[in-house]
Amino acid sequence: MNHHVISVKVYAAVFAALLALTLTTVAVSKLELGEFNFIVAITIAVIKATLVILFFMDVRHATSLTKLFVGAGLFWLAILLVFLLSDYFSRGWLPGPGWV
Amino acid sequence: MADSETPLAVHEPELRHHFDDSAQQFESSVLGMWVFLVTEVLFFGGMFGAYTVYRNLYPEAFASTSHFMNVTIGAINTAVLIFSSFTMVLSVRSAQLGQKKALIIFLILTLILGCVFLGFKYVEYHEKWVDHHVPGPGFRYEDTRYVHQAQILFFLYFAMTGMHAIHMIVGAGLLTALIVMAARNRFSAAWYTPVEMIGLYWHFVDVVWIFLFPLLYLIGHTK
Amino acid sequence: MSTTLPFAATQAQPNYLNVDYGWKSWLFTTDHKRIALLYLFSITAFFFVGGMFAVGMRMNLLTPQGLFDHDTYNKLFTMHGIIMVFFFLVPSIPATLGNFLVPIMIGARDLAFPRINLISWYLYIIGGLVALGAVVQGGVDTGWTFYAPFSSTYSNTHVLITAIGVFISGFSSILTGLNFIVTVHKMRAPGMTWNRLPLFVWGHYATSLIQVLGTPVVAITLVLLALERFFHAGIFDPNVGGDPVLFQHLFWFYSHPAVYIMILPGMAVISEIVTCFSRKAIFGYSFVAISSIAIAVLGFLVWGHHLFVAGQSMYASIAFSFLSFVVAIPSAIKVFNWTATMYRGSVSYDTPMLYAFGFIGLFTIGGLTGLFLATMAIDVHVTDTYFVIAHFHYVMVGGMVMAYLGGIHFWFPKISGRMYPEGWAKFAALVVFVGFNLTFFPQFILGYQGMPRRYAHYPPEFQVLNVMSTAGASILAVGYLIPMIYLAWAWRNGPIAPQNPWRAKGLEWEQSPTPPPTFNFDRQPVVTEPAYNYSGEEEEEVELGG
Repeated sequence: MNHHVISVKVYAAVFAALLALTLTTVAVSKLELGEFNFIVAITIAVIKATLVILFFMDVRHATSLTKLFVGAGLFWLAILLVFLLSDYFSRGWLPGPGWV
Repeated sequence: MADSETPLAVHEPELRHHFDDSAQQFESSVLGMWVFLVTEVLFFGGMFGAYTVYRNLYPEAFASTSHFMNVTIGAINTAVLIFSSFTMVLSVRSAQLGQKKALIIFLILTLILGCVFLGFKYVEYHEKWVDHHVPGPGFRYEDTRYVHQAQILFFLYFAMTGMHAIHMIVGAGLLTALIVMAARNRFSAAWYTPVEMIGLYWHFVDVVWIFLFPLLYLIGHTK
Repeated sequence: MSTTLPFAATQAQPNYLNVDYGWKSWLFTTDHKRIALLYLFSITAFFFVGGMFAVGMRMNLLTPQGLFDHDTYNKLFTMHGIIMVFFFLVPSIPATLGNFLVPIMIGARDLAFPRINLISWYLYIIGGLVALGAVVQGGVDTGWTFYAPFSSTYSNTHVLITAIGVFISGFSSILTGLNFIVTVHKMRAPGMTWNRLPLFVWGHYATSLIQVLGTPVVAITLVLLALERFFHAGIFDPNVGGDPVLFQHLFWFYSHPAVYIMILPGMAVISEIVTCFSRKAIFGYSFVAISSIAIAVLGFLVWGHHLFVAGQSMYASIAFSFLSFVVAIPSAIKVFNWTATMYRGSVSYDTPMLYAFGFIGLFTIGGLTGLFLATMAIDVHVTDTYFVIAHFHYVMVGGMVMAYLGGIHFWFPKISGRMYPEGWAKFAALVVFVGFNLTFFPQFILGYQGMPRRYAHYPPEFQVLNVMSTAGASILAVGYLIPMIYLAWAWRNGPIAPQNPWRAKGLEWEQSPTPPPTFNFDRQPVVTEPAYNYSGEEEEEVELGG
């Protein structure tokens, strides 16, 4: 099995970045930013997850097939969430009593 | 043209009869584990969907319940889990380099950190139990305007973190099995597939927490 | 290129059936072919259990006042649905024919994960026994759709146990799908490119994608339902702020794609049968292959058509309605291509082909009526009536079960090494066709006239059509029993089959002995020609028996 052996330095750098991002997200959550709180928190979470997936799970060096499946999983999650929420968000868009 | 009686079997450790060579076997394992992780994404995804729906339906109740989330424990647990992912990649790296002792040490560290996480989880759950925030007949909520909605939100909190914790417990079991296998010299630089596969699983469970933490603990306080 | 062995030698050859005997060699096997037979036996048993509930229902519906009270009848249709959907239709072709044939068709010695394949069967059995345990203790009355808050809060029946049984068997489905996906990607023989894959494999690959992406969502839905039964937090209870429509969304996110799990393998079988019995390459191979993937993907975008009258927003309903029309297109492409394959082909009327004809006609009717249901203006009138029931039985029974029977007959020689009696088989196919149409066509009319589904008693004006339907069901039941008998007989006493009785193309017929040895091939196959290369070898056909 010949795989790239990644240096401890790289892993340690990613680890440090993840900790820093965690501290950041906790700090920002204490500020009053209204809707931005949610956006910042999710953005930081996405960055952290991306670091774990690319570096710790080594998707950086994975085959195209693996990358395709990772992408498909996320895409299908998006289908579930977007279509589900589209119902709730679009209720009441039509006028009149009894219309949904 | 490969013949199934290939002498490769002699040189390739742990090669199973239906595979032509180790590379095919390893790639199959990796793809298989990723397909499984995709199922897990959808599995947790259903609960994230339910959470999002209720958070949007009941924003005031959500803001109210967010005060009862223990951000300190949540943050510590996040750090613990990230640290355990770090020790996990180091254990895979040790396996790649054939370093048996380092492999075992890093696996044990990962296991310990996982248990620390579960320990803090227990503390948190106990706190909720004492506060009567566990859904069921004993549920009580401080702000009577939101009793019912709070119960639904706490239900989702327990369902999501509980399902995550179950996955951690399974992971702990798998790590234990790996430690035993490593101690018995099952792994070498030529074959360490289970270490890498369980590593993928462990990182996935970390990724789920990376999303659970902000959604359950960090947002909603400020309104 | 096919080789013929003298009949005696065919039987004396070690094959997967005679290589080992005894219950341990079956219950601990990792041979995909033996696991396929384990599934075949258990799935058939569940088919009969589900059928028994149908018998109870149709007996009840002979008269307007019925035989059973409402609670009992509710349990009958619920158990019929749960068993038929989760324990028969979802596993049916993939776990039996798929397990048996996918490795052989791609030139592999087994699936990628043989032990996981066995675990998958055990999970199916355990889930099935748990569900049967619920039946024995009095059953469930929520409908197979488990709608909340009745299922989560108000029903006094064994919802929790049934949900657990279905949850466990869901893992069986996921593992089968996972296995097929990895196998098709990684275990293809040299020369077996994606463009040369049998359409049977394409269809199973697409099915596996759905199994892997959809089943986890119904799994978590059942977990939430089970937790709700236990903790009563109110997640789906409108009295305390829960949303029952959320349950429906999460449930149908899987259950709509599930119907494509239940039809794609059938279409995959039909593609194989039509091309063989027209002695002609499939028309538009790429289109048929891609249409399977298209159905799998688009099938995830339409689930809201089950929620048109549930309180879903009008805008979401419009989007789902439109997408439901779109998903019909790839299915239609398949029907056109099968028809075009037969055009100017050399068509023969062996039993598998008779089932294929039945499939094409009945699936078309079922599919078109699905479009009526996708049209909101019609759906508001016929939803929850017998129109819906007729629609899905046309696709599931007129479609899938016919494809299943066709596939079992087509590959029976390969699996058993023997031929079934063709006369009896043709007769049974005819009985099934007549019985099926007599059972379900009247239900379209009943639904259109307004008879609701899931009602134990009905107004007297609906009786005539109900009697016709029950009469049809009796005939259909006979039609299903006859093959059970002659196939069981033929397994031991049928004439020994030559290697390729249908002179079909495909690695399973041309390069694998009949029945196959444990590792499927005597030597590693290498693929050098496109799939269904019937026109390439007409001149070579001098050897009788294939």
